[in-house]
Amino acid sequence: MFWNSFVLAVHAIKRNLLRSFLTVLGIIIGVAAVITMVTVGRGATQSVSDQISAMGTNQLVVRPGQRRGSGANTPKFKQKDVDLIRTQVTGIAGVAPYSTLSATVIFQAKNYTTLITGTTNDFFTVGNWVLQSGRQFYDSELNSGKASCILGTTVKNKLFGKENPQGQRIRVKQFTCEVIGVLESKGQSTWGTDQDDNVLMPLKTVHRRLLGSLDIERIAVKVADSKKISITQEKITELIRQSRRLPDNMENDFRVLDMRQIIQTLTGTTRVLTMLLGAVAAVSLLVGGIGIMNIMLVSVTERTKEIGIRLAIGALEKHVLMQFLIEAVVLSSIGGVLGLILAAGLSIFGASLMGVPFIFDLQINILAFLFAASIGILFGFVPARRAARLNPIDALRHE
Amino acid sequence: MTLIQFKNVTKTYGAGDSTFRALKGLNLAIEDGEFLALMGPSGSGKSTTMNIAACLDTLTSGSYLFQNIPVENLNTYQRTLLRRNFLGFIFQGFNLLARSSALENVELPLIYRGDKVHERRSAANDALKKVGLSNWRDHTPNELSGGQQQRVAIARAIVTKPKILLADEPTGNLDSQTSSEIMSLLTSLNRDLGITVIMVTHEPEMAKYASRIVHFLDGQITN
Repeated sequence: MFWNSFVLAVHAIKRNLLRSFLTVLGIIIGVAAVITMVTVGRGATQSVSDQISAMGTNQLVVRPGQRRGSGANTPKFKQKDVDLIRTQVTGIAGVAPYSTLSATVIFQAKNYTTLITGTTNDFFTVGNWVLQSGRQFYDSELNSGKASCILGTTVKNKLFGKENPQGQRIRVKQFTCEVIGVLESKGQSTWGTDQDDNVLMPLKTVHRRLLGSLDIERIAVKVADSKKISITQEKITELIRQSRRLPDNMENDFRVLDMRQIIQTLTGTTRVLTMLLGAVAAVSLLVGGIGIMNIMLVSVTERTKEIGIRLAIGALEKHVLMQFLIEAVVLSSIGGVLGLILAAGLSIFGASLMGVPFIFDLQINILAFLFAASIGILFGFVPARRAARLNPIDALRHE
Repeated sequence: MTLIQFKNVTKTYGAGDSTFRALKGLNLAIEDGEFLALMGPSGSGKSTTMNIAACLDTLTSGSYLFQNIPVENLNTYQRTLLRRNFLGFIFQGFNLLARSSALENVELPLIYRGDKVHERRSAANDALKKVGLSNWRDHTPNELSGGQQQRVAIARAIVTKPKILLADEPTGNLDSQTSSEIMSLLTSLNRDLGITVIMVTHEPEMAKYASRIVHFLDGQITN
């Protein structure tokens, strides 16, 4: 009986192919929209967390805070703060103090304005930087504030193109410095900035020759054990408060940022956005379901006589109910399958357009399909029941 | 043996002031193996009688007995079972499924009865053979003449091996030549297979094939 109803449903759908297609279009679009939104959204979330991980996992950044009320700038850090963290805090893999400034670098006729970061070799460990070529700073260079620099790939390409910059000298303000290495590219950050648009120099060089002060802007700390990030965060906060002799009733005039928290905040935002877009798309699925109900009602009216014949020659109400219900479910399931196929194409396209990874999510695919099929049951039921409850005598007279 | 019996049956359509009394105390007994013709002007109650006999319509008062079972006490499901197993229908407008072949049309009642594929296929072929349409089984109704369509309908009606064949103006849409062919077919089914035939008709020459004629007027039997 079930199989017969199924065959009947397929026949009825084939008979009105164009109409059936237009009917399921709503479902197709709904399913495709839900899946695409969620898939691309998941990809975006993944991409955000990937990029932040690339900047450095288990990373804490100590930076000056904003004090509420007073307009005065909060103090920067001194070398003694760095030494304190290095000596007093256990379980850390690296401490990288750094100061930055924007400056124009010149090589021969080419010049380019970039971000110059003065730091130590710990910067590589803490920030997950790898050298593409060349070497890190020698201790002697760091201690004497020698004019050596390591280029980010963007700067290298702007100034040297395909040439090898190793050993060349570039001019920064009133001095020249020797290129000793090139960083591996990291690409764009989550915030859309080019992470490769930078030049590294020894901290001392930047302090003496470019900033004219020994202030340290930020201190990046890498924690060895990811479970101890929070403890380390508290420990550093306490140390710096002590070192600055901040009374208990005073707020921190600095901040210790946990990169992990930033990841969570950002991925949380994209996740909420994904859910929101998915929900909007789900509304279109509902609209598609109403389309199915509409066309099924038309179909019942058109086939009133047929229903009358079936009831007269021995069909039970449940047979007729089944026939129309299955037709609605077959219709919406076809829409579901076509929607899945469309969604796969759209997701791959959308992911590549937005530059996020395509992550196939089986769960949402199954979910969207089942939702579409149950919409068939939900919206097919009313027309099917109307058909089943027809009075055979009236139905037979219907023209 | 009395097959069906109407006992003081009344049927009223509508409610309030605008009621129409289609049957006013009908008493009629039909024996097994009879060929009955119901005649009378439109609105005289013969179609209502047919619908009640077919267990398609309910009565207002009185009793309708099928093999001594009061049908008005049966529920929808039981009435469907009764219709499915003991009754066959032929309509004036044939009422075949337009997009299904002759064979599929004939098979339909067996599908609802839940018969197995090969059983119903051979039963349907047998029925088509009895009405002389073995060579037309794969044709759809619009490829068949009116007479052939009515034969398919007859095959569909007898495929369940019913006790009673209810024919509502079976020749109303046919020319006289085809009409007499259909009537001969009904007569032979009545005579050879022992199927009781109850037929509504307007035409006296068709009523001549019947073994008994019942005249209706204004909701009552006149003869």
